Amino acid sequence: MPGGIAAAHFADFPWVRSATRARPFFPKHGEIAMRKRALSAAACAALVFVPAACAGGGPQTTPPTPRDGDPATADAAFASTYVPLPAQTTVIRNATVMTAAGPTMEAADVLMVNGRIEAVGAGLDSPAGAIEVDGAGKWVTPGIIDTHSHMGVYSAPGGASLSDGNEATAPNTAEVWAEHSVWTQDPQFALALAAGVTTFHVLPGSANLFGGRGVTLRNVPARTTQGMKFPGAPYTLKMACGENPMRVYGNRGRSPSTRMGNVAGYRSAWIEAAEYKRRRDRWRADGSDPDEEPRRNLQSETLAGVLAGDILIQNHCYRGDEMAVMLDIAREFGYRIASFHHAVEAYKVRDRLAETDTCASMWADWWGFKLESYDGIRANIALVDEAGACAILHTDDAGGIQRMNVDAAVALAAGLEAGIDLDRDDALRWITINPARALGIADGVGSLEAGKRADVVVWSGDPFSIYSEPELVFIDGALAYDRADASRQPLSDFMLGNLPEEVIP
Amino acid sequence: MRRPPLAVLVLAIATGPWASEGTAQAVAITNARIHTVSGGVIENGTLVMEGGRIAAIGPDVDAPPGARVIDGTGRIVTPGLIESASQLGVVEISAVDQTVDASSSDDRVTAAFRVSDGLNPFSTLIPIAATGGVTRAVVVPGGQALIVGQAALIDLDGGRPSELVRRDPLAMVSAFDQGAAARFGGSHGAALMRLREALQDARDYAANRAAFDAGSRREYALSRLDLEALGPVVNGELPMIMEANRTTEILSALALAEEFGLDLVLSGAAEGWVVSGDILAAGVPVITNPMENLPGYDRLAISVQGAGRLVAAGVPVAFSTGVLGGSPALGTHNVRNLRLLAGAAVRNGMPYADALRALTLTPAEIWGIADETGSLEAGKSADVVVWNEDPFEPLSRAEHVFIAGREMVGDTRQDRLLERYRAIGGPIPEAYKK
Repeated sequence: MPGGIAAAHFADFPWVRSATRARPFFPKHGEIAMRKRALSAAACAALVFVPAACAGGGPQTTPPTPRDGDPATADAAFASTYVPLPAQTTVIRNATVMTAAGPTMEAADVLMVNGRIEAVGAGLDSPAGAIEVDGAGKWVTPGIIDTHSHMGVYSAPGGASLSDGNEATAPNTAEVWAEHSVWTQDPQFALALAAGVTTFHVLPGSANLFGGRGVTLRNVPARTTQGMKFPGAPYTLKMACGENPMRVYGNRGRSPSTRMGNVAGYRSAWIEAAEYKRRRDRWRADGSDPDEEPRRNLQSETLAGVLAGDILIQNHCYRGDEMAVMLDIAREFGYRIASFHHAVEAYKVRDRLAETDTCASMWADWWGFKLESYDGIRANIALVDEAGACAILHTDDAGGIQRMNVDAAVALAAGLEAGIDLDRDDALRWITINPARALGIADGVGSLEAGKRADVVVWSGDPFSIYSEPELVFIDGALAYDRADASRQPLSDFMLGNLPEEVIP
Repeated sequence: MRRPPLAVLVLAIATGPWASEGTAQAVAITNARIHTVSGGVIENGTLVMEGGRIAAIGPDVDAPPGARVIDGTGRIVTPGLIESASQLGVVEISAVDQTVDASSSDDRVTAAFRVSDGLNPFSTLIPIAATGGVTRAVVVPGGQALIVGQAALIDLDGGRPSELVRRDPLAMVSAFDQGAAARFGGSHGAALMRLREALQDARDYAANRAAFDAGSRREYALSRLDLEALGPVVNGELPMIMEANRTTEILSALALAEEFGLDLVLSGAAEGWVVSGDILAAGVPVITNPMENLPGYDRLAISVQGAGRLVAAGVPVAFSTGVLGGSPALGTHNVRNLRLLAGAAVRNGMPYADALRALTLTPAEIWGIADETGSLEAGKSADVVVWNEDPFEPLSRAEHVFIAGREMVGDTRQDRLLERYRAIGGPIPEAYKK
């Protein structure tokens, strides 16, 4: 009964501050919705991931083709209505350009035409009438991409009215979609934009074994969530290992209450999903007779989409031994994990991640807030990268998403101190092309290469310096943010007129 | 960072105050760029440590004979950094109750709760914090009470338990923020009523102890222990840290301090810049975090430029990883990132010297230890950090951290994990690598 469900939901989560709570269940707000993700083997294969998928350079994926009439993955429901901001042909001149596809170029130009990267190099000719941006002394990078955000589903201000990230009412809620929780007026979007974030992936929380579908959004203001959806980006499914599901449901006296209970829950769900998929496939093979259509089931539909390779698994998982178990489950049922998320112990199983082309989305240095994060080390990202696996810096935090460049520098410094052969170009990949791969959008974004979407950040200086900040942010070749021009800085409805002029931050 | 071998530690415990151990030999850092904080920057300067103290500092200082010499060419030297709101030593693994000693589960007022009683000197967090150049930290109690208890000041030397705590109690800690309003009556007015009641009781008790003991005084809302603990607060002897963020919360806290003669320290102060003139006029310092900017109902006006505006107005500001935020990116497990807050403040307009001061001398002044630490001056404790580059930059690192002249040179637990897993998958399981 709805009232009961709501009460149970609120009782378990810390964002509802209560006088009776001695200590939040989750130590910090980033933990509220612990989440992970990963690309599954089957998913990557179906997406034409080349073997180097998550390790090397070059384009990696082709967006999935919507399956004929199958509502599991078709773009028909809630399709993207994203329209780029008006773009003008623009050339950035004489900057230090980091492409994420090759070495840093000094005194180089970046030409954007029709919303796409036209060319990168020295002394480019530009079409007549192109806007010229003086890049002298500036650094240019691709737009930053975060594989792990809850902006829009855990908005600022927080509180029960906007606690939209965890449908913590059953261990399998594969039927829910994060995009249906997104608040388009979350002020955090604009803050992330000012920090150079052009694309981000919004996930459900990690209370459940299957938390629901994630959605990849363009960081543009829009009146609808559909207006932010990255066109053609594959859907994702959030799974969660470890402490969160077993605590949430164990405390309610139901399964899972242990890690072995978690695993039984995943496998049971995949068995059902496989059967569902067989029924649907058979029906389709038999001619898709509308009168004979097997009854749709939202939960199984999403899981079957994973087995079909259309939906990418993003798997919250801290411990190395648990990641190994999850990889075995993926093999058992024939899917691939796109990325583990949080992956604090990725360094302990980095060989396995490399072998299976599985990305790891990691923090620079979060650790110790729970036992499964106790072995966090700062060299984690660098070690995973060195092993040839796909290393990603993610945030899970609306503050952190504003300093991914700084966190990447922290991780780079730790790698260098450990004697790992790395440079700024490697660190840039952790926050651009590698996250794009984990989200299945690397053919469109994540590097400055001809033909790609012109998501471009002009930094005041070295992006790995604490003193640098984005001055200009282009999304699809359009100036979405200009630090020097307030008219080019979006403001959410919530922040509009809610303070006297002299007090506006 | 390398922890001393156990034998050395045992010897130190056996032979008296360990701080003098390892400091017998003078250490000279030569030819470095020295940020004294109190006296500007010395280019190509030398700093000499002897007997746990700064023996000499200046452009024309020579290394004494027999001194260990650290070539500071191209290096930057600063005072040790001071974290003003950590839970170092009382939180090991946040979600594991058995490792958390930060608070009392009683509510309303637990003024007598002393965080120092649960301090774990062997916490792995302490040497990890020190790798970020942090040499001293305030340990504040947590919990859900209105007045949560007493903070202590510790050294991060990871040594002898009894030497860990440098000042206790350092301050009383209370909350007058949105959460306190929700917990204590559902409004700021209700919470303020309870705070005022507690302070009035404490004042009355202090003036009428004999009558109380004789049973001829009125009943108090607080327990005897809490009344005792609040005595120095209402006498203005013990600082009162109050968390307050919204403009109105800050103004109410200032009024309360005026009414009761409190030695107030504002914590958080997300919207402090809006009323910087009032804070300045009250002579109240602020502990804040210049990196945070996420709006909330209690902080619509939060700004990354807020700290700079407070400093420009003349308000003493100290930075802390333990306020305003909430993600594990900062906080007790990442006190080592304190220096990055200063870099962020500079990016947002604060002068470099002011930002460094917010990590060193200003907190030392707030906590009454400026005669001991917080700047590099002859005679002060040798809390000294040598950085390979600008300490505010994430790509830089602390190469040497001295606390009272003793170098922190131990492996942290994280160093050991890295060493163990630097190579993996060999025939001998990693568990045999120790």
